[in-house]
Amino acid sequence: MGYKKKNRHVGIVGVGETKFSSHREDVNQAEMIHEAVRQALDDANLTMDDVDCVVHGNMELFEMIHQPDLWHTLGSGAYGKDAFRLTTGGTTGGTLACAGDNLAASGMYDVVMAIGFEKLQEGHTTGGITNMADPLWARKLQSGALTDSAAVKLIEEFGAERARRAAMTYRIIMDKHACLNPNSHRAFGLDWDQMDDLMENSPPLIGDLRLIHMCSQSDGACVVIYASEEKAKQITDTPVWVRDHITVHREETLDLCNNYYPTDTTHRFAAEKLYERNGITNPLEYFDVFEMYDPSAWWGTDWLKEFFLLEDDDHLKLVENKEIMIDGKMPINPSGGVIAANPIGATALVRVAEAAKQIRGNAGPHQIQKPVNHALASAFGGTMWTVLTMLEKELNW
Amino acid sequence: MQKAVDSADAYVIEGKLALPYSYFAGRVGSTFITALRDSKQILGVRCDKCNKVFVPPRQTCERCMADLRENWVQLENTGEVVNFTVVRYSDKHLPRKTPYILAMIKLDGADTPLVHILDEVKIEDIKPGMRVEAVFSEKTTSTILDIDHFKPIA
Ligand SMILES: [Zn+2]
Repeated sequence: MGYKKKNRHVGIVGVGETKFSSHREDVNQAEMIHEAVRQALDDANLTMDDVDCVVHGNMELFEMIHQPDLWHTLGSGAYGKDAFRLTTGGTTGGTLACAGDNLAASGMYDVVMAIGFEKLQEGHTTGGITNMADPLWARKLQSGALTDSAAVKLIEEFGAERARRAAMTYRIIMDKHACLNPNSHRAFGLDWDQMDDLMENSPPLIGDLRLIHMCSQSDGACVVIYASEEKAKQITDTPVWVRDHITVHREETLDLCNNYYPTDTTHRFAAEKLYERNGITNPLEYFDVFEMYDPSAWWGTDWLKEFFLLEDDDHLKLVENKEIMIDGKMPINPSGGVIAANPIGATALVRVAEAAKQIRGNAGPHQIQKPVNHALASAFGGTMWTVLTMLEKELNW
Repeated sequence: MQKAVDSADAYVIEGKLALPYSYFAGRVGSTFITALRDSKQILGVRCDKCNKVFVPPRQTCERCMADLRENWVQLENTGEVVNFTVVRYSDKHLPRKTPYILAMIKLDGADTPLVHILDEVKIEDIKPGMRVEAVFSEKTTSTILDIDHFKPIA
């Protein structure tokens, strides 16, 4: 059984995002979700009556509530509708995007609403995430979601000075983008003259991973509405077409019995397959924007190589030459990315929502000025799990 | 009887995960709990479109998506038993020594029942439709247990 082409085309017709924040005492979970639901419905000019199916996702255990999709009916609009709950860890938002696309493509539903949320301030993230590890081998040793594996790899390959400088350049670029995005949780106003100070003095977490490199813990929700081609064209003049998506995962990286670093990362494997079946030979030329799930500046820097199938130090040069800035050759995360806001169950869906807004041309202050026709969005989760989604302005492939 | 599984030499790891949490009640929930704590008032919200009064209150009507956050209604402290059951097993997390009665109580002026403890009554005397009233706690805990229980109206 291999990959089959979709049954019918699907377009994104509405998106909604809350402002991301370290805490939202003013709303409960359902109320926070409702903000994004309301925005997405207004964006699509739809009412809840037009939605056939609701897909809901977040991280297990993170808010210490059971059956959150049922609780959230008070805000999600799922009352009386077909509904699903997904929870695939960090990739939850990416899986929600796949499900929205697949459910609408299947013909079962014409209009599908995907909802990702997290209120990380209500729970204990590291406590929840530690459950991922095997109680016999790894649970007593695991360091939560923090790792310096990408730092080790980059320093080994390129030397400490160049690697550290590249990661901090990536970090400052992301902050500059975050400062443009009104929804950012963290936007510090970092500048180039702070490089050396941050490299020296930002509190160390693990190995060469420092606090400044790492993503935040955020509260927030994101909603994306998917519709079949026929419906999408009725609903909006600017549908964003979901061309393809791919999911790849492997679980052995936390199994200490077989602890070797994968020879091919799931990112590279996913990217190769996705581009091959869509006839894309040069992804760096093809895409106009990439919204990457970059949990840290080290990972973001290293993963450019994997997602764009680069060799040698081409990914470092992209960063060093600031080609990944919003006005560069390959804008990465005009939104500021995951380091700027990480409401985990929503995070990967935010990547898709942001990529869709870039194609529509109404992302706001962080809109790329050049035309955006082809967008890529990624999701990442433990232990090694990749979801890639390709979005298009034109339905012409 | 023969054991179904041979568990000799099978090591079981005993663990305990601490999962502390906070819960942001939101403004609607906060208003409800503050009114209960400070004024011994039970508040609901009305959806005019659906012609329903909800208690506990919610910000949005899940039927019609109307915003209800300003539509406060003060309910009576009296109501009727819709249905009930008896909790008979004991466990740490339970609020009372068992057996005790859990009842669905529809307050006068509300369309939805509230789950709470029914006390000061014999189990065999309870009937759906029975008139009851709220008994407030002497000490506040800023929770729904600021209503200590409901009791029959004499
Ligand atoms: Zn209503």
